Amino acid sequence: MSDSTATVAPGAAGEAQSLRFYDSGGHHPENGTLLGFWLYLMSDCLVFASLFATYGVLGRNYAGGPSGADLFALPLVAVNTSLLLLSSITYGFAVIEMQRKRQGATLAWLALTGLLGAGFVGIELHEFANLIHEGNGPQRSAFLSSFFTLVGTHGLHVTFGIVWLLALMAQVATHGLIAANRRRLMCLSMFWHFLDVIWIGVFTFVYLIGSLP
Amino acid sequence: MSALDTGPARAAGHGNEDELDHDTLHITVGGYVTGFVLSVILTAIPFWLVMAKIFANPTVTTFVILGFAIVQIYVHMVFFLHMTSKAEGGWTWMSLIFALVLVVITLSGSLWVMYHLKTNMMLPSPEQMRNMP
Repeated sequence: MSDSTATVAPGAAGEAQSLRFYDSGGHHPENGTLLGFWLYLMSDCLVFASLFATYGVLGRNYAGGPSGADLFALPLVAVNTSLLLLSSITYGFAVIEMQRKRQGATLAWLALTGLLGAGFVGIELHEFANLIHEGNGPQRSAFLSSFFTLVGTHGLHVTFGIVWLLALMAQVATHGLIAANRRRLMCLSMFWHFLDVIWIGVFTFVYLIGSLP
Repeated sequence: MSALDTGPARAAGHGNEDELDHDTLHITVGGYVTGFVLSVILTAIPFWLVMAKIFANPTVTTFVILGFAIVQIYVHMVFFLHMTSKAEGGWTWMSLIFALVLVVITLSGSLWVMYHLKTNMMLPSPEQMRNMP
């Protein structure tokens, strides 16, 4: 806590008085973008909450078809989870290099993050294609409808994140680590880690618990 | 690992770039590595519990896994997202708590209502289900 003191001299007659103003001490951000983006992420949280709730209600409605235990290949899900987790840490390293103002290193770590993210999406698409090919697409049962919607929405978010990442890489390569780019990299950082947080929910609720009897 | 030195940036005026340097002073390589290692452990154990069928009772497994998920989400919030109650004057924290309240209401409300709905409706027998158009 810090407090500021102002001295007021009220006209010719009075003596100077000391007014004390109490300031919380926290500096006020001049640019609200980071908080604004965080608020967007909170709203995205609510979207995923609805999708999770839908899956929670419908996740055992197999319509006589296969269940999660029948369909989920947990080793592959473990690989996917590792890819996404690794991509979070590589993005973290990119941010550290960004703070050290090292453009090349930042781009390198961003590229690695993008590759890991692309690997994640690729494996997920492969999983979806297999399910659909076997006749277990989203129209097979309510369980599968809610599964495809929830996991697909998350995958779509990751895909857009990769597009954004590529765009930012182009911007950084062209204009360098200017303030605007650094702010955008911080926003993408929040987005990327947020997607990993959602994935924790997905692999726990959908894949692991869905594999239990 | 030492924290990053952004002393010179701090001495300069309050431009936009200094905002990021101020708020992200606590980002370190060590922080990310710690978060990563913790996340790996908190992921590996639930996968192992399910794949090796460690607990006979699936309800026990469910709650244990949920516990691990909550802890890992917290690890992500602290080590990756650098969430503190001080960031942005406390607004980050406030909005997170608010969003979490809404999420809890959505999840528990949906599960509760739909469970009661299913219980109170007469459900068709499996044979009727199969013969539905």
